[in-house]
Amino acid sequence: MDLARFCSSARVFIVAGKGGVGKTTVTATLAATAAGAGLSVLIVEVEGKSGLAACFGRPPLGYEETELAPRVRGRTLTPDEALVDYLEAHGMRRISKRLVRSGALEVVSSAVPGMKDILVLGKMKSLEQNRAADLILIDAPAAGHAITFLMSPRGLGDAVRVGPVSKQSTEVIEMLSDPARCQVILVTVPEETPVNEVVDTAFQLEDRIGVQLGPAVVNACYPDPGVPASVDEVQQLADELGVFVSPREAGDLVAAAEFRRERFALQQQQADRLAARLPLPQIRLPFLFTAELGPPEIAVLAATFAAQVDALPESSWGRVTVP
Amino acid sequence: MSEGVTFDDIVGDRHIVVCCGTGGVGKTTVAAVFAAEGARRGRNAVVVTIDPAKRLANTLGLAALSNTPHEIDRQRWDPAGTAPRAGRLSALMLDTKSTFDHLVATYAADDDQTQRILSNRFYRNVSTALSGTQEYMAMEKLYELHEQGGYDLIVVDTPPTRHALDFLDAPRRLTRLLDNRIFRLLMMPTRAYLRVASAAVQRFLRTVSRVVGTEVVDDVVAFFRAFEGMEEGFRNRATSVLALLAEPSSSFVVVSSPRRDAVEEAAYFAERLAESDIPVEGLIVNRVHPAFGDEGVEGLRARADTLAAKRSDAARATGDGAASARRLAELYTNLADFRQVAERERYHMAGVKARAGRAAVAYVPFLSRDVYDFDALAEVGRYLFTVSPIAPARSG
Repeated sequence: MDLARFCSSARVFIVAGKGGVGKTTVTATLAATAAGAGLSVLIVEVEGKSGLAACFGRPPLGYEETELAPRVRGRTLTPDEALVDYLEAHGMRRISKRLVRSGALEVVSSAVPGMKDILVLGKMKSLEQNRAADLILIDAPAAGHAITFLMSPRGLGDAVRVGPVSKQSTEVIEMLSDPARCQVILVTVPEETPVNEVVDTAFQLEDRIGVQLGPAVVNACYPDPGVPASVDEVQQLADELGVFVSPREAGDLVAAAEFRRERFALQQQQADRLAARLPLPQIRLPFLFTAELGPPEIAVLAATFAAQVDALPESSWGRVTVP
Repeated sequence: MSEGVTFDDIVGDRHIVVCCGTGGVGKTTVAAVFAAEGARRGRNAVVVTIDPAKRLANTLGLAALSNTPHEIDRQRWDPAGTAPRAGRLSALMLDTKSTFDHLVATYAADDDQTQRILSNRFYRNVSTALSGTQEYMAMEKLYELHEQGGYDLIVVDTPPTRHALDFLDAPRRLTRLLDNRIFRLLMMPTRAYLRVASAAVQRFLRTVSRVVGTEVVDDVVAFFRAFEGMEEGFRNRATSVLALLAEPSSSFVVVSSPRRDAVEEAAYFAERLAESDIPVEGLIVNRVHPAFGDEGVEGLRARADTLAAKRSDAARATGDGAASARRLAELYTNLADFRQVAERERYHMAGVKARAGRAAVAYVPFLSRDVYDFDALAEVGRYLFTVSPIAPARSG
């Protein structure tokens, strides 16, 4: 599939997944991929405190947009900030700050769960409608919460039947159920529990929210380890090449190689199980051994991502075979 | 207690063990490990789980939310009969709403008040969706099990929180809501409140009504009226729960992964608890990679580079040895990669140990399969406990 077409298949990609699976890394990778394809990207962080800006070698994001890389901008979006924006846009500028300071948002959101979520989603929707960028990427809350988050406009219909919040909910539902406007990219790692959870999340998102799912991203896959190694083989190689390898070092070399083989096999099983249970194309990103993720690592991931999108069938989401 | 604590002390002597940490680090598993080991040491143990993975839930006999403990047959957790002393093991899966309903019924003056609250829409929202309610109810369930008596060891899993401290704050959250100035005004009968409420509050209420509709405001007013007279009970209960957690027989165990962010969070959590005079007694770093020797990463990478150079030399000459050089270079690169992971993890772990004070610290390696049955729980236990060596039962 053409990369630019993939990146513009929806105006908003919501990146969702269980905590610790690398949602932020994938968001940064998607941003770099789309920017590489010539699109302007706006990353919106809705939960604060992530390493997103660090992936671009920049200080943490704030409410004001900042440039993270050429064609990539980033910002945060918290309920308090969204409420102030909302009130200001509705002619209540004078009391907006006071409402937030007095803890009134706490009061209102206790009365109406999903209130905070709808404020954030509403703001997302207005960014989308104003075409803030070619592609808006949302670094969503962790999995279980992502469902609550995206369910909030429907849930609110029960509690709030009139007024601007109700209107807001309707408009957000419209955005979420239009595949050309919004898609969810699910992220997981090839391990048993995360795979089970992402399958659950996927079906819930489809059934209960009706949002279009993009390809599933399987993160932190070990590279193919090749054939098994043995101490004898290592010694033989060393002799042949005329280099010295101590028995202990040979043991370490083999142990590390075997560990990788074992993990690789387990990961393959889990990724295949995911493919069998969830009929979505998969994008598999490699596990990176480097300490911290920065621009060079994100560039590597973006290149892998782009190559795999390239291999996707053009018209519809089919099953992808990954080498 | 100047000497360091061990996990044997915790599982053998403590009455309450709270497992906390960020999501995805294996808290629920660790909670189950503690309860099972407690039972093996002759204690009457119960584990309160929150949203366990399906297979672990099956192991614990938890098919659905069950608000009362369910005892697990000894045959299941000690099939070989190797436990030094046979205690009892029970489990439950927290049902937040039922727990809250039960609490309301306890403090309501009569059935009528209970019904008025349970049927209120605002209450339904608070009892299921107010952030912190799940944490609060976990603590409440713990207190209830403690009050009922009978259990020597109560192990509590905590909901995954973005900020590990959230759950400690949870019992106070509801009372803070009840104490809110605006709500206090709302609680007054309508006319009276209109008379005394300041213009600012009236303006606020009008704004809220404009944004969310008057129905919501009506629900809230109805809820607080229905709740009248119960705040004191709730406040006292929250105080008792916190007091119970501060007792020396209560123990906090922080579970972490060797990733930088998880370790940072764990250390921060331990420090904040210590400030509240609640020391963390155990720190468990889960899913640690093996070390694979002790050679430096740089040296190994240099070795791989040299071999790669040999490979191109060989390729230029006769072609002999090129494949061998490449193969060996790959093995060195792979070892260097894992040594790098290991060094980084050990660096993070050393940092957390330095900040752990007298807490017990344990590292649990990556196990070759998911931990969900009693054999695997016992295997994790081997990295925590010393006194009672556990022979995993092999079936067949």
